[in-house]
Amino acid sequence: MRRLLSVSMTGLGGLSGLSGLAAVSFAAPAAAAEMNVKVEIPRLSVAEYHRPYVAMWLERADQSPVATLSVWYDVKLKNAEGTKWLKDMRQWWRKAGRDLQMPADGISGATRAPGEHTVTFTDGKAPLAKLPAGEYQLVVEAAREVGGRELLRVPFAWPPDGSKSAQAKGQHELGAVTVSLKP
Amino acid sequence: MNRSAMSLSARLSALALVALLPLSAHAHRQWLLPSATVLSGSDPWVTVDAAVSNDLFYFEHFPLRLDNLSVSAPDGSPAKAENQSTGRYRSTFDVHLTAPGTYKLAVVNNGLFASYKENGQTKRWRGSAEDFAQKVPANAQDLQVTQSESRLETFVTAGKPTTQALKTTGRGLELAPVTHPNDLFADEPANFRLLLDGKPAANVEVEVVPGGNRYRDQLGEMKVKTDADGKFTVKWPSPGMYWIEAEVRDDKVSIKPAKARRAAYMATFEVLPQ
Repeated sequence: MRRLLSVSMTGLGGLSGLSGLAAVSFAAPAAAAEMNVKVEIPRLSVAEYHRPYVAMWLERADQSPVATLSVWYDVKLKNAEGTKWLKDMRQWWRKAGRDLQMPADGISGATRAPGEHTVTFTDGKAPLAKLPAGEYQLVVEAAREVGGRELLRVPFAWPPDGSKSAQAKGQHELGAVTVSLKP
Repeated sequence: MNRSAMSLSARLSALALVALLPLSAHAHRQWLLPSATVLSGSDPWVTVDAAVSNDLFYFEHFPLRLDNLSVSAPDGSPAKAENQSTGRYRSTFDVHLTAPGTYKLAVVNNGLFASYKENGQTKRWRGSAEDFAQKVPANAQDLQVTQSESRLETFVTAGKPTTQALKTTGRGLELAPVTHPNDLFADEPANFRLLLDGKPAANVEVEVVPGGNRYRDQLGEMKVKTDADGKFTVKWPSPGMYWIEAEVRDDKVSIKPAKARRAAYMATFEVLPQ
């Protein structure tokens, strides 16, 4: 609790008038915990390369779905044709995708090129929402047209009691997926 | 293969063709094979193969007649089976999944099977109740008439699975799924319930056969029995298309002059990998 307050005071550096509220924790807005997810899309030398469809979502330790965080797919195709292949991310489709309307604000985006891509989520802000304390898994599933499919899980505890980082490494459709947590 | 064996099988095949249905469901399997069972997208379609064959799911024997094909949309209303065609070894049709939810595709046959003696020779006939009077001699010797009630199904889902179309009719041998039929994954047990005339079909043996048997030596079939509540569980050993069949023989006929009934249920399920 004390740490949260000190972070918030730093963040609100310009509002020194609020220092009187330091003793009263609830009035001062606390900087929310953050989750950074870095996904490495591997560079593959194949005859016909298509950027993969990637879905990123949260599950509890028992693998029950919590929320979809990001979905990269062919958003720009005419008549929403790109949605035809969303089901190829089969675990995401089953856990969450088939209940969602795509495109979804703040969640859907275009496919990404080979390289590292980082997305940041803030506790309390969509699509993360307020996460109750507990054990979770960040799940990333990638499916590539005329290619394969891979799923990675990165377990973590929430809220983080310090800067934490965890990683899972893929074999063929995904490189490293790194989850970095900041309290 | 010697000549007499070939001519016998040719005769049986011809008889089967004339009678429009396979002579014995035990020698052959009837199936529907959809191009996919789990679909996403704004305008999904499925193409379905329908055939009667020995090996699953290879169309190498007879096409399935689509006369008694019905497609139920997610709200239970009838949907169209488009672009129907019957070729040498398979029939094909398309379904445009215009509404989100689960569709049921079914071929339901309810007819008679008769065997009798004519001039010392055993004759067999299979057809509709309407044709029976004309086709089978009234004073036939050793006449045995069986009612054959068969239901062949598969299921496809666009978007989120629904259950309205899965409702049973209360006639014949039917499946009332507990686990949704388009939510099947390898290594996960799936629960189903068999009903006979709307009531739990207890103690019925169900055969489950994985597809792709052309490329392996053993069939790999699994046999499970329904419990007192008609329920049975299947644990899928690997992903792929599976065919199930169950049959009940009793005397609860609904078409005269049958004295015995054979009620059968067959279905194709798709099991996805984890």
